[in-house]
Amino acid sequence: MTTITNPRMPHGITPRPLLPHANAYAPMLATVHEIIEESPTIKSIRVVLNDDEAQRSFTFEPGQVGQLSVFGAGEATFVISSPPSEKRFLQFSVMLAGEVTAAIHRLSVGETVGVRAPLGNFFPYKDWFGKNVFFIAGGIGIAPIRTIMLHVLEHAENYGSLHLLFGARKPGDLAFKQDIPDWLTRSDLDCTLCVDRADESWSHKTGMVPSVLEELAPQPENTVAVLCGPPVMIKYTIETLEKLGFSPEHIITTLEKRMKCGIGICGRCNIGGLYVCVDGPVFSWKTLQGLPNEL
Amino acid sequence: MNCYRFLAKDALSAFLAFLAERERVLVPVEKNGARSSVVFEEWHEGLPFTMLKSTVPPKAAVLPQCEVLFTCRRVPDEGDQNRHVMVLDDTLTAQPTVIVATRPCDARGFAVLDRPYLNGLYQDPYYAARRKELTVLTLTCPTGCESCFCHWVGGGPSSPEGSDVLLTEIEGGYLCQSVTEKGRSLLERSALPDGEDRLASMQEARKKAYQSLGRAPDLKTAPQRISERFSDLDFWNRWTEACISCGACTYFCPTCYCFTITDEGDPAHAEGGRRLRSWDNCMSSLFTREASGHNPRRKKAERMRNRISHKYATYPENWGVFSCSGCGRCVSNCPTGIDIRAILLSALGKEEDMISHGTQSKETGQ
Ligand SMILES: Cc1cc2nc3c(=O)[nH]c(=O)nc-3n(C[C@H](O)[C@H](O)[C@H](O)COP(=O)(O)OP(=O)(O)OC[C@H]3O[C@@H](n4cnc5c(N)ncnc54)[C@H](O)[C@@H]3O)c2cc1C
Ligand code: SF4
Ligand code: SF4
Ligand code: FES
Repeated sequence: MTTITNPRMPHGITPRPLLPHANAYAPMLATVHEIIEESPTIKSIRVVLNDDEAQRSFTFEPGQVGQLSVFGAGEATFVISSPPSEKRFLQFSVMLAGEVTAAIHRLSVGETVGVRAPLGNFFPYKDWFGKNVFFIAGGIGIAPIRTIMLHVLEHAENYGSLHLLFGARKPGDLAFKQDIPDWLTRSDLDCTLCVDRADESWSHKTGMVPSVLEELAPQPENTVAVLCGPPVMIKYTIETLEKLGFSPEHIITTLEKRMKCGIGICGRCNIGGLYVCVDGPVFSWKTLQGLPNEL
Repeated sequence: MNCYRFLAKDALSAFLAFLAERERVLVPVEKNGARSSVVFEEWHEGLPFTMLKSTVPPKAAVLPQCEVLFTCRRVPDEGDQNRHVMVLDDTLTAQPTVIVATRPCDARGFAVLDRPYLNGLYQDPYYAARRKELTVLTLTCPTGCESCFCHWVGGGPSSPEGSDVLLTEIEGGYLCQSVTEKGRSLLERSALPDGEDRLASMQEARKKAYQSLGRAPDLKTAPQRISERFSDLDFWNRWTEACISCGACTYFCPTCYCFTITDEGDPAHAEGGRRLRSWDNCMSSLFTREASGHNPRRKKAERMRNRISHKYATYPENWGVFSCSGCGRCVSNCPTGIDIRAILLSALGKEEDMISHGTQSKETGQ
């Protein structure tokens, strides 16, 4: 496989595989294999590439995204929310937002979709060897956190202690209900759940992610914080992390921008001279601080 | 080695006919509508054409306003008529094309597009196929024009970048100079007589063109100065007040290359579905609007800031040169008279240059 590094990325991120295609705009065909209702607005779609060999040899790094398309409706960007070790299918966890996501939510098992993947950079997990990792997810931000966290848990021997703080607006909005019991009980992960608005069934924390984080007060020494979620959550969570003493290079997040081509040409996803589709979506807070403030 | 041939004025049509034997030939054609304009059209015997600078650059020859990326069709499976399969067709065809009498600023436009489309992390196969089949015969400009400023941004009235052949008007016709191997073999295949004996007149004409231009301000510090202006929203607001976000400045620009991708049709119907690529523009508020409604460039000033920054700061950061060839079309086609030169000079703090270049200044109300 041809690999290529991006000379513009300030911290040496592991090489990115190129699309196995000559035409980067033509999707691979895939078939919907399973649909999981995660919450009233989130569905996980598991797809299998129609070409057996393509499915078998498909590799990606945690945090990379794909363009999922429903032919006739359009294409939109989603992180691959299954871990790279999952070889049977690719999972996308899709929150209902507009036209394309609505068409994705209308899909049924057996239908054909298009996939352009993997695209973008990924979490620099090799830089975290020997460190504690504190994952923080808000809402659909759990999709990228799931892939990287499962990957890190599979190689837990390389890391220190592992934590997850996962928040949603209300209990019914928490995605990945199938995974949560495991996350809460496994010994190699310290998992905290929180909701903004609790109901009588709720036995976990109540409060917004930044305030629960402040309460948990993770020690910044030898720890990396990895956070994904809506822009407001990111903003206040970063403030809290800085207050707790985390340095900007140890705060890692992902950005969302409107995207089309996903390959650095169509020109809409830039922040300054960087393009989120090829130079991101994963950035350290330190890198973001050096870019124009246009989030 | 350059190859020089002489193309007599009265041999022009025969030369076009020679080109048309092998390729589609695009020539500037005058259109007299509500507002007269010059656009590139396919030449055929007898089509009246002009050697004037075109109103619309020939960018569409490599990047059509709208094109089909692929078609998709849901058809019964050959083996099992009860099942369906999706068939994608992304066959791309590139018609061999020669552009005649474009100007150096537009030829440099192709060089600006080549970098992201051919030399980035991914190559654009549609663009690459058309570009490979394209030959550019450029007419050097006899003088500067009212709104152009090619020499500010690394070009000039006889800049060879992006061209395969340069034509310079001299007495009785045009001296043709090959720039690339492609241009050279084209000239050698032609029946045009040798032109080496007329080099002096060519040089004289080109020199005169340079002399007609005003003094160019030094734009070396532009990337840095514009980046420093990023947070100065007052500045961008002031320069964007009149803008109506129509996008004319980007659609007329030989170096603007943003696009959108949309689907239409229905793969299950007989006529099938298609994925289209169409020109888009960063002056539109929809360009960056996210599904959540969040928009990092909600204000027109923020969008102007992006357009100017891309041309004079971030594209240079990535590729080492400006993504503006100074053609002046955004100036002459803006319905509200916004002048990119004035914004540029003001961002650089070179207000005094604005007066001497006769560009509009908001401060002086001229
Ligand atoms: C890096 C990245 C990772 C992301 N990861 C996830 C994730 O894991 N899970 C998740 O739920 N969301 C994710 N998102 C957000 C997701 O991409 C948007 O929610 C999605 O694009 C919304 O699409 P929509 O069509 O439903 O919304 P709309 O607001 O209707 O449209 C949004 C985009 O879709 C395009 N579109 C609409 N109609 C058409 C059409 N007919 N043809 C072609 N395009 C059309 C629009 O032009 C627009 O660009 C991610 C975004 C980015 C940038
Ligand atoms: S920005 Fe204006 S002057 Fe520069 S190339 Fe585009 S249209 Fe011409
Ligand atoms: S042509 Fe003029 S009015 Fe239209 S978007 Fe450009 S600057 Fe604004
Ligand atoms: S999505 Fe097209 S440049 Fe990033």
